[in-house]
Amino acid sequence: MSDNNKDTPLIEIRNLHFSRGGRKIFDGVDLDILRGKITAIMGPSGSGKTTLLRLIGGQLKPASGTINVDRHNVPELSHRELYKLRKRMGMLFQSGALLTDLNVFENVAFPVREHTKFPESMIRTLVLMKLEAVGLRGARDLMPNELSGGMARRVALARAIALDPMMIMYDEPFTGQDPISMGVLVQLIRLLNDALNMTSVVVSHDVQETMTIADYIYVISEGKVIGHGSPEQLNKSDSSWVKQFIHGMPDGPVPFHYPAKDYLEDLISGTG
Amino acid sequence: MIQTRIVEIWVGLFIAGGIAALFVLAMKVSNISTFSKVEGYELTARFDNVGGLKKTAPVTVAGVRIGRVGEITFDDTTYEAVVHLNIEKTYDKLPMDTTAGIFTAGLLGEQYVSLEAGGEEKYLADKDEIKITQSALVLEQVIGQFLFSKASEGGSSEGSSSSSSN
Amino acid sequence: MISWLRYLGRSGLSFFERLGRGNLFLFYILLGLPTLILRFRLVIQQLYVVGVLSLLIIIVSGLFVGMVLGLQGYNTLVDFGAEESLGVMVALSLVRELGPVVAALLFAGRAGSALTAEIGLMKATEQLSGMEMMAVDPMSRVIAPRFMAGIISMPLLAAIFSAVGVMGGYFVGVGLLGVDTGAFWSQMQDKISWSDDILNGVIKSIVFGVVATWIAVFEGYDAIPTSEGVSRATTRTVVHTSLAILSVDFVLTALMFE
Repeated sequence: MSDNNKDTPLIEIRNLHFSRGGRKIFDGVDLDILRGKITAIMGPSGSGKTTLLRLIGGQLKPASGTINVDRHNVPELSHRELYKLRKRMGMLFQSGALLTDLNVFENVAFPVREHTKFPESMIRTLVLMKLEAVGLRGARDLMPNELSGGMARRVALARAIALDPMMIMYDEPFTGQDPISMGVLVQLIRLLNDALNMTSVVVSHDVQETMTIADYIYVISEGKVIGHGSPEQLNKSDSSWVKQFIHGMPDGPVPFHYPAKDYLEDLISGTG
Repeated sequence: MIQTRIVEIWVGLFIAGGIAALFVLAMKVSNISTFSKVEGYELTARFDNVGGLKKTAPVTVAGVRIGRVGEITFDDTTYEAVVHLNIEKTYDKLPMDTTAGIFTAGLLGEQYVSLEAGGEEKYLADKDEIKITQSALVLEQVIGQFLFSKASEGGSSEGSSSSSSN
Repeated sequence: MISWLRYLGRSGLSFFERLGRGNLFLFYILLGLPTLILRFRLVIQQLYVVGVLSLLIIIVSGLFVGMVLGLQGYNTLVDFGAEESLGVMVALSLVRELGPVVAALLFAGRAGSALTAEIGLMKATEQLSGMEMMAVDPMSRVIAPRFMAGIISMPLLAAIFSAVGVMGGYFVGVGLLGVDTGAFWSQMQDKISWSDDILNGVIKSIVFGVVATWIAVFEGYDAIPTSEGVSRATTRTVVHTSLAILSVDFVLTALMFE
């Protein structure tokens, strides 16, 4: 892969279509995620942001379209090739997805033990380094159920970077966090991205935090990309939809009311 | 990792226990093995017919079990069944003229060998033979004989043989 | 009427769809099995969870089933003066039928439901997805060892159940009711054949092991990843396994002992 220069995007999504249960989730999405940058994908709840990450990770197959990750079209990869590619991807799940029957140390060691034949002393050094990076070296003997939500996410982050992946995907990293752990996570994402020279994809609907760390933002709604650009560009956007989302206005192109028949008519009819 | 060790020990015990259970089923419950021999001495007895007598059936005197039936073989010179009886060591005072018979426990039960002590001074020793035997009662034969004698009784009311008198 | 037909058609379709998915699932498990030889430690861990933790219920139930068989059998046989055959009756019922079947039913309740709940919860908490994204195949890392452990455990548990049951029958028959020890064992050895009865019992329990573990891991893996979905899947495991075992038992018995 000698032609892998800095300018080609790491992930290139073209004309992505995906539907589930008869509902269209993506209807022709085009996305580029640049190497070494933090790209945020934003949109209201239920707009399929997590689904997008699963499509990139190859856990779901799109109806049509291409998803090129480092020049591999994910939907067409064989099982073996997909697993080989996933070794270079990290993903941070909303819940952390720590293995509940292993302690913190073993959780971080898990991918290392699975994929390498490193000696025990080397695994120990590696795991402690990763735990130190997220500030939880002291918590190595705790079990996942003894961790707070924020700590669990940091352990999961240490696990995701255990094999030094080329990219890491964050699924709603800020949801349900108190301001302090939110701050810690924001700082960690930035720090890890720059220090390890990774590519980061952040999926979130927390506008403020995301705006502070993202280099580039895509806003999706109803299966389409409705706006993209740097945080500054989006702030100045004149799309009414993007305005509503960024500033959190209750009514606008996304209506306050769920689609229904006429209010007065509904009251009078007295049935149903 | 002490925990792993405990797990491994338990799993080892489990597998050993399971195999032991299979072994017990094979050796003690099914016909794969012969019954373990009791310490004692062996007698033989010849029968015209052993009926349904099986290996390891009880050998009793006056209703008390004193041993078990060992090998049952067929002697093709005399056309008799040779039954080996394994008698327990403590019962070593069976007179020489002891008789052996094959009976059935209950109507449908198992057949066993019953010994009846005689009056001689000398006792049976290892490898001795019991001379006087009574064969197994085969139900079909008894019924057949009974029907036959009844029939001949009806056919010739006079001059019936002594065997049919009872 | 039409709606009833539609309902019937829909449930039929969903049944076959599930069956198909289940078969596909089994195929993937089987693909994952060869790699297990290199990592037998994972199977040992699961043998503990699936086998060792089921031991207590198997031993206690086996003992009581054997004792009840002893009592009931004695009461019936004594009327024919054939109480000597108690050993045969107890051992034959256990080795041929009750051992494999009851052990499998208990296994479904104890280990099968636990497997479903564990795998279902791993799915609900995204642990399985997490593994996939770490390029660790949950099929070979999570499902296959459990499947293997179930298949190894089942015949061992059934054998322990039968052996303990025979002991229970012996305690009651010989110890309490005064059946002759020799007759108890000798008739048993005489009537029970190693190849026809015991080996067939072992084959039965291996088949039950495959069926019970397959259903348990499939229900867990296929569960709707919510707490309600997992609890439903757990119930389904016990119900489906019990039905499957009893019907498979009928087929096997018809084939083996005709």
